[in-house]
Amino acid sequence: MLRFILMRLLQAIPVLLVVITVTFFLVRLAPGGPFSAEKAVPAEVLKALEARYHLDQPVIQQYFSYLGDLAHGDFGPSFKYPGRSVNEMIAAGLPATAELGLYAMCFALLIGASAGIIAALKPNTAQDYIPMSTAMLGICMPSFLLGPLLMLVFGVWLEWVPVSGWGDIPGDKILPALTLASGYTAYIARLSRGGMLEVMSQDYIRTARAKGLPEWKVVLKHGLRGGMIPVIAFIGPAFAGLLSGSFVVETIFQIPGLGRFYVQAAFNRDYTMIMGTTVLFATLIILFNLLADILAVWLNPRLRDLYKSGGA
Amino acid sequence: MAPCSLLFKAKLSRPRRYLSTLICTLGCLLLVACGNGENNVSTGLQSQTLHWGNGAEPQELDPHIVTGIPEHHIIVGLLEGLVLKDPATLEPTPGMAERWEISDDGKTYTFHIRDNARWSNGDPVTSEDFVWSWWRALQPALGNLYAYMYYPIKNAEAYATGKLDDFSQVGVKAINAKTLEVTLANPTPYFLQLLDHYSMFPVHRATIEKFGEPAERGTRWTRAGNFVGNGPFILTQWDLNRLVMIEKNPTYYDADKVRLNAIRFYPTENTSTEERMFRAGQLHVTGSLPADKIAVYKETNPQALRISPYLGTYFYRVNTKAEHLADKRIRRALAMAVNRQQIIDTVTKGGQTPAFTFTPPNTLGYTAEDGFVEDIAAAKALLAEAGYPNGEGFPPTEILYNTSEGHRKLAVAIQQMWKKNLNIDISLNNQDWKVYLDSEASGNFQISRAGWIGDYVDPNTFLDMWLTDGGNNRTGWHSDEYDQLISEAAPAASEREQRYAHFRRAEAILMDAMPIIPIYTYNSTHLVHTHVKGMPSNILDYPLYKQLYLSED
Repeated sequence: MLRFILMRLLQAIPVLLVVITVTFFLVRLAPGGPFSAEKAVPAEVLKALEARYHLDQPVIQQYFSYLGDLAHGDFGPSFKYPGRSVNEMIAAGLPATAELGLYAMCFALLIGASAGIIAALKPNTAQDYIPMSTAMLGICMPSFLLGPLLMLVFGVWLEWVPVSGWGDIPGDKILPALTLASGYTAYIARLSRGGMLEVMSQDYIRTARAKGLPEWKVVLKHGLRGGMIPVIAFIGPAFAGLLSGSFVVETIFQIPGLGRFYVQAAFNRDYTMIMGTTVLFATLIILFNLLADILAVWLNPRLRDLYKSGGA
Repeated sequence: MAPCSLLFKAKLSRPRRYLSTLICTLGCLLLVACGNGENNVSTGLQSQTLHWGNGAEPQELDPHIVTGIPEHHIIVGLLEGLVLKDPATLEPTPGMAERWEISDDGKTYTFHIRDNARWSNGDPVTSEDFVWSWWRALQPALGNLYAYMYYPIKNAEAYATGKLDDFSQVGVKAINAKTLEVTLANPTPYFLQLLDHYSMFPVHRATIEKFGEPAERGTRWTRAGNFVGNGPFILTQWDLNRLVMIEKNPTYYDADKVRLNAIRFYPTENTSTEERMFRAGQLHVTGSLPADKIAVYKETNPQALRISPYLGTYFYRVNTKAEHLADKRIRRALAMAVNRQQIIDTVTKGGQTPAFTFTPPNTLGYTAEDGFVEDIAAAKALLAEAGYPNGEGFPPTEILYNTSEGHRKLAVAIQQMWKKNLNIDISLNNQDWKVYLDSEASGNFQISRAGWIGDYVDPNTFLDMWLTDGGNNRTGWHSDEYDQLISEAAPAASEREQRYAHFRRAEAILMDAMPIIPIYTYNSTHLVHTHVKGMPSNILDYPLYKQLYLSED
C-alpha cells in the first residue's frame, strides 16, 4: 500500500512539471500584457514596471527563476494587486473556497446518497422516479440560475438568510453551499442508486435476506458498503471539482474565495497569479484523486488483498 | 472507517427518521438565520455606519499607484489633498490648505496649510510632506500612471520622464513648515481642480520609509494598522475580496463635523447580486445598476434610483489608417447614420444624453457646438460621393469591442442601423479586455468601441488626448492646427472665455474630421437608500464623506 502511494506521488512530479511549463509559456503567448490599460501607459513607466517584475529578462530565464522560486514555495508578487503576494492571496482565498467546498460536499453526500438509496429500494416506482427526476433537474439547473433563484426566494422575499457575504452575517454560508452542492447532489444520487441496485441483486444479499435479517439491516449493513463504492470513487474528483469550480458561485454570492481570483487572474494577465492558482489546483486534483483511489482500495476487499500481496 | 461512512452508519439506522431529521436540521439552519427584521441598513442607522457597494476589490490603497474608481472611493476617506471640492458645485474649497493665493500671471500658487492639520498618528501635516509626496509620485520606479496630473507644474514632466535629474528644479517648494509654493509651467486654470485627485494626495513619509523604499511598489504601509493618513477616516480593516472598513479619525481637523462613524466597502463585482443586496437591506449605496433593472426601479422604487450626468463619453474610434476609413466623408456618413436616441431608449435604457461632441456638455461651463446632425439622406449622399452609392462595394468593415453584453447589444444596434440606413455590411468582433487593448493600441482595428471618463472637470482632459501621436489617440488622426490650439493657444489664454473659444475651435476641427464617433454622454446610475443624506449628485460622481450622514427624516 505504501509503495502504491509513493509511486503515485512520484508520478505526480512530472505531471506537475508539464502543467507548470505549459501554463507558463501559454500565458505569455496570450495577446495583451499585465500592464496594458485603457489609459496609455508611458514608456518609462512600462519599463519600470517590467523591470520590477523581471519581465524584461528573456523568457527562458524568467522560466527558470520562476521554477527556482517555486521550489522555495514562493509564487511571487501579484501583478494586478501590487501590495499582495500570490502566496498571501492564496492563503486568504483558499480557506473560504475549501470551507464552501466542504459544506457543499456534506450537503451533496447527505442529500444525494439518501435520495439514491431511497430510490434504489423500490426501483421503477414513484419512490424512485420522484427523487431521480429531481436529481435530473439538479444536474440540468446551472448554478448561475439556481443561485439567484435561491437568493430571491430566501434572501429577498422571505428574508431568512442574507443575499451574499461570507461569515459576516449568520446564515450567509447556507445558500452558496446549497447552490454549489446541487449538481453534485444529483450526480451522487444517481451514482448511489446505480451502486445500490447492483449490490442489492447480488447473491450475498439474497443470503442475508434468507437468514431472516430485517430489510433495513440488509440495506445498511450489507448493501451500503458495496453500493457506496462508486460514490466514494467520485468524492475525490468531486472535491477537486468543487474547489476549482466554485468560481460561479463565488461570484454570485461574493465569497472571498480562490475561484474568483483564478478566473480574474486570466482576464488580468496576472501571470504569477495564474501560475500560482493553476499549480495549486493541479496539486489538489492530483492529491484528491490519489485519496479517492486509496479509499477505493481500502473499501474493496479484493483490491486490498491484491495490493497486500503485491506490496509484500 | 472514514468519517463520512461513520456518519452514514450512525445516522442511517432508520432511513425515514434520518430523512426527517435531515429536513429538520436544514430547516433549523435556515431558521437560525431568520432575522428579527434587522439588517445592515437598520443597524447602520443607529451606529452611523454606511454600507457601500464598491464595485471591485481595490488593487492597492497607495494613492500614487492606483488608477481606479473603487480605490478612489476608499482613498478619499483616508487622505486629503490641498483642496477639496464642494460636492454640489465642484468649486474648490479649502482642504489641507485653509487658503491660497494665485499670482497675477496665474503661474504661482501659494498654499497655507492649516495649523491643526494632523496625520492620524498625531504628526502635523507640513508643506514638506507635500514636497516629499510629490517627489515620490514622480519616481518612475513607482509606476504611477497618473504622473501626468503633475505635468502643469514646472519641470515635473521633464523630471518624471528622466530628462531632468534634479528635483529642486521642479516647481514645488516648502517656504516654511506651513507654506507651500507651487510654480506652474503655464497658467493652468484647472490646476486647483487637480488637487483633490488622489494622485496629488500627500502620504506619510515616516510610515512609508518604515515599510520599504519610497518608490517601492506594494509595501505593507497601506495595510490596516499600518496606514497613517490625514483624512476624515482611518483604515481599520481590509479583508481581501471581502471588506474594507474605515472608521472616523479623531485627529482630523474637522472631526467635529464628521457624522459617520464608519464606512464599510464591499467588492460588489456582480451588479445583479449588488442590486439584490440593496433590496435585502445589506447596502446603502450601490456602485451601479444593471440596465434592465432601471425601468423596474422607475416603476416601483423611484426614490432609490439616482441617475445623473457623468463626465464621460461613450464613442467609437475610427482607424484613419484603414484604407476606406481614411476618407473623412465615410467617417461622417457613419456618424450621421446612427440614431442615438433610439439606442438610449432601447439598448442602454439609462436615460443617457445623445452625444454630438466629444466633451460632455457643460463641463465647467464649456459646451461645444454640435459637430454633426443625424441625417440619413445626407449620410447616403456623402457615402455616394466617396464612391459607394447605396453602399455598393463598401469594403468589409468590422466593429471591435471588448467582451461585454452591453457593448455587444450596442454594436448590434449600430450594425443594423448602418445596414438599414447606408446598406453596408459590418461584422462584429469581440475580444477579451486585454486582447482588445492590445489590438486598439497597435492599430489593429477598423472601428472600435471606447469610453473616456474625465480625470478632472475641464475640457482639456477630453481634448488633449487627440494631439498628434498622443498615447490615447490611437486613431492615427492628426491636425497641426488642432495641436497648436490645444498645446499653445489655450494654455496661453488669460480669460476663461478666450480659452474656451480655442477649445471650441479645436473641437470643431475634431468633429469635422470625425476620427471618433460620439454615441452618448455617460450617466452615473446608483441605488441610494433614502437614509443617506448629504450626498448631492455631481458630474464627477464624487462624494464628500464628511458631509454624509444617515437619518430617517
